[in-house]
Amino acid sequence: MIVMQLLLSFVASTLFGMIFNVPPRLLPHSGFVGMSGWAAYTFAVRSSVDSVIATFMAAFFVAFLSNAFARRYRAPATIFIVPGILPLVPGGTAFEAMRHVVMNDYNAAIPLAAKVFMISGAIAMGLIFSEVVNQLVKRRP
Amino acid sequence: MTERIDEVMEICLLAGKLMLESGGETYRVEDTMTRIAASFGMPRSHGYVTPTAIIFSIEGTDSTRLIRISERSTDLAKVAVVNDISRRISRGELTLEKARKELEDIGRAPMGYPLWQQTAAAALASACFASLIGGMVHFFPSLFSGGVAFWCFEMVHRFVKIRFFAEFFASFVAGGLVLLMVQAGFGGDVGNMIIGSVLPLVPGLAITNAVRDLMAGHLIAGLSRGAEAFLTAFAIGTGIAFVLSIR
Repeated sequence: MIVMQLLLSFVASTLFGMIFNVPPRLLPHSGFVGMSGWAAYTFAVRSSVDSVIATFMAAFFVAFLSNAFARRYRAPATIFIVPGILPLVPGGTAFEAMRHVVMNDYNAAIPLAAKVFMISGAIAMGLIFSEVVNQLVKRRP
Repeated sequence: MTERIDEVMEICLLAGKLMLESGGETYRVEDTMTRIAASFGMPRSHGYVTPTAIIFSIEGTDSTRLIRISERSTDLAKVAVVNDISRRISRGELTLEKARKELEDIGRAPMGYPLWQQTAAAALASACFASLIGGMVHFFPSLFSGGVAFWCFEMVHRFVKIRFFAEFFASFVAGGLVLLMVQAGFGGDVGNMIIGSVLPLVPGLAITNAVRDLMAGHLIAGLSRGAEAFLTAFAIGTGIAFVLSIR
């Protein structure tokens, strides 16, 4: 089961990389970043961490790995970050929120929309924090 | 001397234009242009880049130039290659003429994967992600709807130059296909399949660039990229809502 999840997330992220035209030699690396991000997310959620915090942790991890790869392979970090954060996007919650909006059930839609907003913010915060760490690492000679 | 300045300027603008059009971050574009100018002996230059235009000026000379960026696509390989060329220029490995030639070659060459490969990748990625969140029942239906949705996006975008409409239409098609398939008895959960199918359309690059640009202090570029991401997400959501409401 876990192997299957890892494999699926690896393949999915690699293919996302293809959609964004990641150079072929770096495709496996972006797949690896995506897999690690998804693994971090599922691990956190299964050990009953709130999904907002889990997303934050996973996004931080994705960006941290991406920055490390960017230094190692002398390529822009975006190449690894973009396929890496896609699986973290709160698609399910956004879909539920949209479904309730369409049914005119705004009372049910608003908490879900707030959750989508919080999770998207968590992705951004994860990227920001990791950028800070990256700059601290860079400054050291 | 003026000739040389013009030539350096041309190379800087060419590199900047290629990067910005292919989806590089704004701060990276400015950085690249300044570095190239510096390594050709013009240490003080100023670039001002927004997602739709580049203004570049070399201090101590009369020349300042502006180019307009009208078409933006996603081609991270190009960003990486231009980045690499700028590194080689900084190390002094490339002369003016050579750098210019290489950049022009990159501009002409269609990099990236051909459309059928990208469509296949989108289809498989949709299938993998839908199975990841929902189980293997969703694999084949999402393979179909995800591929068709991505292909629709590319085709509509080719004829109608309004990106948001293309995204809206593609997610509408994805949603419609999923509902039809579920009614015909294929696949499991509607939500999981729709999410998988529209995931290749999600503005991952715009989100990443918005955050990174804001962090680098490029407030205007960051905000406009953020607006792009928001509008894209909105277009996808509207497409899905449309399908759900006419069900």
